[in-house]
Parts: sequence; structure tokens; C-alpha cells
Amino acid sequence: MLKELIPILMAGILVENFVLQKFLGICPFLGVSKKINQALGMSVAVIFVMLFATAVTWPIYSYVLVPLKIGFLQIIVFILVIAALVQFVEIMLKRFIPSLFKALGVYLPLITTNCAVLGVVNQFVDKGHNFIEAMVASLGVGLGFMLAMVLFSGVRSRIENAPVPKAFKNLPVTLIAAAIVAMSFNGFDKIVENLLALV
Amino acid sequence: MSNNKKLSILLSGIIAENPVLVLVLGTCPTLGMSADVISALSMGIAATIVLICSNAVISALRKVIPDTVRVPCYIVIIAGFVTAVQMLLQAYLPSVYDMLGTYLALIVVNCIILGRAEMFARKNPVLDSVFDGIGMGLGFLVALVCMATIREVFGAGSFAGIAIPFLENFKIPILVAAPGGYLVFGLVIAVMNKLRAKSGGVKRKSFECEGCPVAGNCSRTSCDYDGVKIKKERKKNA
Repeated sequence: MLKELIPILMAGILVENFVLQKFLGICPFLGVSKKINQALGMSVAVIFVMLFATAVTWPIYSYVLVPLKIGFLQIIVFILVIAALVQFVEIMLKRFIPSLFKALGVYLPLITTNCAVLGVVNQFVDKGHNFIEAMVASLGVGLGFMLAMVLFSGVRSRIENAPVPKAFKNLPVTLIAAAIVAMSFNGFDKIVENLLALV
Repeated sequence: MSNNKKLSILLSGIIAENPVLVLVLGTCPTLGMSADVISALSMGIAATIVLICSNAVISALRKVIPDTVRVPCYIVIIAGFVTAVQMLLQAYLPSVYDMLGTYLALIVVNCIILGRAEMFARKNPVLDSVFDGIGMGLGFLVALVCMATIREVFGAGSFAGIAIPFLENFKIPILVAAPGGYLVFGLVIAVMNKLRAKSGGVKRKSFECEGCPVAGNCSRTSCDYDGVKIKKERKKNA
């Protein structure tokens, strides 16, 4: 059991990192990674919504869409569920955990259109995960997102003060830094298989 | 006169307001689908079709859709067209369907499409919106194919799958891998910045909340993530 789940988790964090290897969730990656605490806040909000979204969409897909043979409505249903969920989480947090709402509030509405979340819920359909695998996979993807965001915000805080040619200012230099960070993640290729072979 | 206007709408999408290179929208598919020319073309065409259809429908319904719930309405319309395109591809071009994979479904959250609905289609007549859709779609397509050409020619030594004699022996594989996407995108935008600076510094328009896909459920007036500024704004509003 555990032996099947660990590779899924590690793949999400390192090998198939959504931001750096699959190019999903780039907007927040580039937009909210200027400071480390903002990057952390955004990542926590994303993990939160990803887990919630998977927990809600998996039963809907498996027990409603599949038995009724309307699997083709997947995209519409998923995006609406995510949008509603984000609104719901926002309202609930505001009402019951205002401190957490204060910390995450700014980032929550941005998550509706974060393609990483839709990517995660599409993933379990494509890969045929069961509920536990789907939850572990989305946790892995969320942690991978967090890792990339935090690492990158560290890199970015150095770029801020670096002398950059005029044409490369702002976005271009950020993208090139992202390329270097992504390159380091290429080193994780096949690492999961090798680690498990050792155990 | 009106023909001129339509032409300028069309051209602005391709060049002056290129959605990818100038407005920097839709980065995810640009990076993910630009490793080779064929998948870039397919992605560009699929997104363009969705964009034209959704622009037309949203513009036709612009007086019917209430302002407060417009974003969910737009998302449903767009998701409907994406599903249609997905099913058509699955039926008639299964190889393209497999190639685009998850990115096909992610056209729904492509900021270009939602952005154009917000910025253009909801305020303009149907025909203008269709032209805007064609222009923006072609702009996306051109940018995507440009990136893919650079990445494929230098990264894999081929163009659209056909090997190029000399370059084949000197390929740079990292360009086709994930990091190459970021690298080439950064370089292309830097070149665009340089060109724009030379041609008299056409500045990027600031769209602020108007073009933001989440403007509907966001209470702020600018996208500054700085906590202090937001607090100040909220105080002002209160």
C-alpha cells in the first residue's frame, strides 16, 4: 500500500513538478513569488484548495458522472465545482477562522483560474487513481508547488537587486531564472524508482 | 471605414497587443505546448476556435448575462466549447487529442479566452468580437509557433518532424525539455522589449482589473500583492 503511495507523492513533488516540469500554475508562480511569505501563503492556499477539490470531485466523477455515462461533462463540472469551492472556502474561512482568512484571503480568488488545480483533478481521471491515490497525488502536487514557489522566491529576491540589461528587466530575467531552477529539477528524473529500488 | 476598423482589430491582436508576447497571457500552454511545431499548431488552432466561438456567444449574450454572475457564465460557455472541441478531436483526430493531452482541457482556464471575454466581447458587437477572436487567436498561434520553431530547430534539429541536415548534429536537447521553455520564452520577450523600445517605446497598456479573469470575485482595485497597499485600500474603501 505504502509502497504504491510514496512514488505517487514523490512524483508530484519532484519528478513531475507541476510548475517546473509541466508548466501548470505559472501565473501565481511568476506573480506571487516576489517575497517568501507571500509565496508561502499562496502555496498553502493552493494545497488547501487542491485537496478540497480532489475530495469533492472524485466522488462526483466516480459516483455521478460515470454511472450516468456523462463523463464528457467532466470539464464543465470540475471547473464549476472548483469555482464554487473557492467561494465556499472563502466564506467559511471568513466566518470561522478569520486569522487564516486574513492570511489566505488575497490568494483565494486567484486560485479559481489556477490551471494547476484543474490539472490535478483532471489527473486522477487520466491516471485512473482510486480515492486515496488521488488525494495523495494532489497533496504531492501541492507540496511540489510549494517547494517550487519557496525556492524560486529565494532566487527572485536576489534578482531584485541585480543589475540587469534594460530589455531583460522584470519578466525576461525572471523567466530565465525559472529556467535555471527548472534545470535543477531535471536532476530528479528517475530518482523515485532508484530510491525505491534501494529500499 | 468600418472595414478598416475590423482590420485594425484583427491586426492589433496579432502584433501590437499580441496576447502572449505583449499582454503575457496564457503562459501555461505557451510553455507546455511549444516543444515542437506540430503540437504548437494544434494547440493554437484549438484555442483559436474556442476563442472565436466563445467571443461570439458571449458578445451575443452580453445584454442577457447579469453583471454580477458574468464570470461563472463565461466559464460555462467556454467550458462548453472546449468540451465540444475535445470530443471532435477525440473522434476525428485521435493522434492530436493524445498529443495535446491535459492541456486541451486546460484551455478553459487559459487567461486569453477569459481575458478577451472581459476586455472585449462583453462590450462590443458580435462581428467585432469575432474579429477580435480571430486576431487574438492568430496572435497566440503565431507566438506559439515562433517559440516552437526556435525550440524545435535548435533543440531537436528538426522542423515539424522533418530533420534539418546540419543542425541535426548540433542539437541542444535542453531546449526541448522543460527548462528550455522558460529560457526561450524569456529570450523572446526580451527581444520584443528591445524592439518595442527602439520603435518609440510603445508601452504595455495597463489593463488593471478590467482584464483580470477574477475581477468578478475580487474586491481590490489593483493587483498589487503587497499586503500593506491592500490594507490601505481597504481602509479607504471602508
